[in-house]
Amino acid sequence: MSSIQKARPLSPHLQIYSPQLTSMLSVIHRGTGVFLSFGSVAIVIWLGALAQGPDAYVQFQSLLAHPLSKLVLLGWCFSLCYHLCNGIRHLFWDVGAGLELSQVYRSGVVMLVTSFALTAAIVFFAVQKTGGLL
Amino acid sequence: MSLRSPLAKAVGLGSAKHGFSHWWWQRVTAIALVPLSVWFVYSVLTVMGMDHQYASDWLAQPFNATVLILFVLTMLFHAQTGIQVVIEDYIHTKWLNLTLLLAVKFAAVLMAVMSVISVLKVVLGG
Repeated sequence: MSSIQKARPLSPHLQIYSPQLTSMLSVIHRGTGVFLSFGSVAIVIWLGALAQGPDAYVQFQSLLAHPLSKLVLLGWCFSLCYHLCNGIRHLFWDVGAGLELSQVYRSGVVMLVTSFALTAAIVFFAVQKTGGLL
Repeated sequence: MSLRSPLAKAVGLGSAKHGFSHWWWQRVTAIALVPLSVWFVYSVLTVMGMDHQYASDWLAQPFNATVLILFVLTMLFHAQTGIQVVIEDYIHTKWLNLTLLLAVKFAAVLMAVMSVISVLKVVLGG
């Protein structure tokens, strides 16, 4: 590539804009999606341990009992709630609904509150079920 | 001067229609994942903290095994679709881009087969 081509101006990119709710929610949607993809590995390991037998399953469960694992599980829990709620928001946009700027901001806030509430509800049930988060 | 129209130069060269197919299947799997992932979270809450016997009995029920396989396959397809776009957007080194795209596809297929085999083993009481 010649030096003239290299010096060509770049169009404004992410770092030039001040953060807005809309752009942040979009970035987080991608982030949670990527993070959730790593969770698929955990699901495969879970099913593998289940098929392997009781010993492997106990081992898997003790791995999950580690506080760090619980933190990751909490992260996956929130990511799933967020990606699910925001994904539904995207599906509405795909059929052309709710695209006015005021509607986009309103649905963004509603989505955020809903995903936090869902996360809290799931954690509540999980704690009740297993008798203690950590 | 060429008498060939710009269209003639473009036809058959680009990713015409493939882009739509990718976008479409991302939406199809997304819609399927709405009920499937709700079911999955509910199931994890049911099975978590229980022993191997309980979990196997739960998975051995045909309905649970069916929906779990559907969830895992749909989720893996949706995930690799999304990861592909992220790689295409941010990894600009040609060889790394291609390597990661292939690795993600292979990993998704590998995980799909492993999951199905595991579920079938529990269902068929191996």
